Amino acid sequence: MSKYLVNLKINNMPIAVEEGTTILEAAKKLNFRIPTLCNHPDLTVAGNCRVCVVEVKGARLLAAACATPVSEGMEVFTNSEKVRVSRKHIVELLLSEHNADCTKCFKNGHCELQDLASEYRIGDHVFLDLVKPESLIQDISSPSIVKDDSKCIRCQRCVRTCAELQGVSALAVVNKGDHQKISTFLNKPMHEVVCTNCGQCINRCPTGALTERNYIEEVWNAIYDPSKFVVVQTAPATRIALGEDLGIPVGERVTGKMVASLKKLGFNKVLDTDFTADLTIMEEGTELLTRLKRALVDKDEKVVLPMMTSCSPGWIKFQEHMYSDMLDNLSTCKSPQQMFGAVAKTYYADKINIKAQDMVVVSIMPCVAKKFECERPEMRDSGYQDVDYVLTTRELAMMIKQAGIDFNKLSDEHYDSILGESSGAAVIFGASGGVMEAALRTAYEIVTGREVPFTNLNIQPVRGMEGIKDATIKIKNVKPEWSFLEGVDLHVAIAHGLANARQLMEKVRKGEAAYHFIEVMGCPGGCLGGGGQPIPTSPEIRKKRSEAIYQEDEDMPIRKSHENPEIVEIYKEFLGEPLSHKSHDLLHTHYKPRKRY
Amino acid sequence: MLTTEALVKELVEKNGRNRNSLMPVLQGIVQQEHYLSEEALLCVAKELDLAAADVYGTASFYTFLDTVPRGKNIIRVCKTITCHMKGKDEIINTLSNALKIKVGETTHDKKFTLLTANCLGWCHKGPVMLINDEVYPELTPQKALEIVEEYAKSTH
Repeated sequence: MSKYLVNLKINNMPIAVEEGTTILEAAKKLNFRIPTLCNHPDLTVAGNCRVCVVEVKGARLLAAACATPVSEGMEVFTNSEKVRVSRKHIVELLLSEHNADCTKCFKNGHCELQDLASEYRIGDHVFLDLVKPESLIQDISSPSIVKDDSKCIRCQRCVRTCAELQGVSALAVVNKGDHQKISTFLNKPMHEVVCTNCGQCINRCPTGALTERNYIEEVWNAIYDPSKFVVVQTAPATRIALGEDLGIPVGERVTGKMVASLKKLGFNKVLDTDFTADLTIMEEGTELLTRLKRALVDKDEKVVLPMMTSCSPGWIKFQEHMYSDMLDNLSTCKSPQQMFGAVAKTYYADKINIKAQDMVVVSIMPCVAKKFECERPEMRDSGYQDVDYVLTTRELAMMIKQAGIDFNKLSDEHYDSILGESSGAAVIFGASGGVMEAALRTAYEIVTGREVPFTNLNIQPVRGMEGIKDATIKIKNVKPEWSFLEGVDLHVAIAHGLANARQLMEKVRKGEAAYHFIEVMGCPGGCLGGGGQPIPTSPEIRKKRSEAIYQEDEDMPIRKSHENPEIVEIYKEFLGEPLSHKSHDLLHTHYKPRKRY
Repeated sequence: MLTTEALVKELVEKNGRNRNSLMPVLQGIVQQEHYLSEEALLCVAKELDLAAADVYGTASFYTFLDTVPRGKNIIRVCKTITCHMKGKDEIINTLSNALKIKVGETTHDKKFTLLTANCLGWCHKGPVMLINDEVYPELTPQKALEIVEEYAKSTH
């Protein structure tokens, strides 16, 4: 159904827009920028920060441009005297309740409120400073997220993110009036509530109220310590987003530059989580085929299907809280980050003749939940904490700046070997549907001896930004040992963002969907939209990052995990075969039920 | 007396399982238990399929939905300007001395909690206090004491 066009004028310029368009959107079309704080392209309209106020001719009060739909004949002014004075006062009022100790804030230089204060040249205190002393105590209970109420302007982007995108609602608005704040159930510390550590709230916080727990100093200390051998691994989605924080346009791949900068920072070896992503496919693909065999041939009633991926630590903690009755559906495979740590401090340490206790494993991740994951007590199968420190993509960008490296001018370098070789199947782990696609590329070939029947190995049905995707792959002409899969329709589903995951889980629990394999990523778009990625984020930005990931895949000489020569070698020399005893010891894990509320 | 869980279930049964029932359910609990315990809030979240933080957010918004333990009788003395001018401080001091608690506290025997409240809408007959749902206008210290003594006698 086509919508009516509405005619209006903004700053005396006529425009016709579809009915239902907001003043903010209409102004954008005319290239008038109206500042916003509580508004976000991923979230519903709130209209509570008021910085987007505009004057509408004939109206007594100023209107919030983000929350006011256009109407016929409307005349809007975005920069009249009344607007400018009011907007400046609004910013001043927000600042009066904000701990504006900007030089000591982690978000210094990356703060929307600071930008606005700078834009309006906010001078000395016009209003009394109303920051509550008790709000100055930061909640540092979580290994992933730091919550600082003194910086909060109660725009509620985090609350909407947690509810709308993630369906978790660990954060809510509590109390009222001047006591209003963003808090948890009974104001408990973040690590005691249902927070999944996904960090999507951080990506949308306009100030420094929610930030990642940063480990930059710890990593510098390790690098400077001559007794430590520091290896770094980089997650798939970091290479397509790091540039955004270093002056490079969105969607540009910086793999080679990232490797070069890590070498310059002083890491002893620069290795790739993509290697263990390939390893994950070997283990997880085999686990899926084993489960299918047990279900279809052995008629084993204990086998649990659909099997669900376990790479995303936000998703894992979500499942432990919300669907603890379905933990057996999760693949027992550790995430690629943790497989890397376990392999680095055993197989790799032996190979390069370094003692595990002298090795420090640092991860560069698009994720803040990984910080929690590396501290899980199960993740010490090497005898030590397998991964020592996790830095977000953003933290790495900060270190590169601190080191005075001109990122743009770096020449591309290659990952060190071993544990540096990877396939295109590994890099797409960073996009929603990628783990599924990588697993199918390998599993289909194991079973049939042929490549997946999709042009150029690109399994289009599992790609894209739709919240829940499903696909069916018909398995035909199988090898004799897989005869039980002949003619079987393999049903798969993919969800990204935990609100979508919840919908999918409800379907599975009610038995409305007979899937064999489900991929879930905790963050919108998958890891490319992770809580540790450069800020800002939007559907548009995530689309560009996704295109970059699939381009990176196409440009890789090896596109399938099982063809990675280093993978072939690690099984030959060390692990034996997928799901071997050694694999189980190092690469697999278990989950624990957590409180639902 | 019902356990908290049984009480919540009964209230949810009566009011329905949708989000609109949140307020009446919370009010029902306060009526019986005088405050919303952690257990009660969690039960409500579970029964209404809401996030615990959301339930707490709603509860903490309303003055009359307490989330800390309260006595069987809650005294709220109006603290707004008219009652102030008509001597609410004297009323509070008298009650505070008699009950041996400060504003915000609860007596050892859990019979009384002493609070202040914003305007109760009885300015023409101030100073005024509310005990549970009952309004007591035109107070003098002596009158306030007598009223509270009556409650003390009838509460076990």
